[in-house]
Amino acid sequence: MNLLFDFVVDKATNTIHITREFAADLDLVWDAFTKAEILDQWTAPKPWRAQTKELDFREGGRWLYTMISPENVSQGWSLVEFIRIQPKSSFSTRNTFSDENGNYITDAFSLVNNTFKAGSETTTVYIEKKFDKLSTLEMIVSMGYQEGLAMGMANLDELLLTLVTNK
Amino acid sequence: MRRDIFQAIADPTRRAILVLIAVQAMTPNAIAAHFDITRQSISKHLRILSECDLLSQKQEGREIFYELKIDKMEEIDIWLDQFRKIMKEKFQCLDQVLFTIKNKKK
Repeated sequence: MNLLFDFVVDKATNTIHITREFAADLDLVWDAFTKAEILDQWTAPKPWRAQTKELDFREGGRWLYTMISPENVSQGWSLVEFIRIQPKSSFSTRNTFSDENGNYITDAFSLVNNTFKAGSETTTVYIEKKFDKLSTLEMIVSMGYQEGLAMGMANLDELLLTLVTNK
Repeated sequence: MRRDIFQAIADPTRRAILVLIAVQAMTPNAIAAHFDITRQSISKHLRILSECDLLSQKQEGREIFYELKIDKMEEIDIWLDQFRKIMKEKFQCLDQVLFTIKNKKK
């Protein structure tokens, strides 16, 4: 099945718009984005794995997780705070980086809104990721690196290689 | 002396240092705290990275902070491209996870 994947960057508003279609019903896709046992299976790019320390899916609750390297080393903690939840329809979060106890380690953050739409055979998820609008470009980039760090060191190695060889 | 950039990134410790300072500017002591090697060898690695024009230094009081020196705009574009790739791969992984769960239910 050919599933839609759309990734649009709006630099003027520091926002990334992602649209992705999944071959599953709304109930299952919603669970995949909100339940630790499924999130841990896909949040980290291979060969890394995500490990949830706590997930309290309610408004005001939070999700604290780490990325584990193939050598079994935890590489930084990500903190997702749930702001608003409309069950089986949408939820918004504030995403940042923390220590293992969920204490902020940076002022940088992004606001994410996830919207779910059931289709006849698929479910479409719209993700809007907006970086702090008061941020400087440098902050977005430093956050980008941290995100890259949290999302996979293998990719970051490659990124650094690209950056330094482009000089 | 200007060194070959590949020499800088061929060494795993130097790559790890680049990753560290990519996130935030750091003092040599703070960098050294992440590694189980002598402060002297950290200094050597920092010198090589400096000679490759990969580091910039800023003085704050008595401390010298090192940070990664790269063009910010170019950095943003490359990061966005990287982020797109990561998201694409994550979602492909989720496709498999969803497929497995659906089959278990049957």
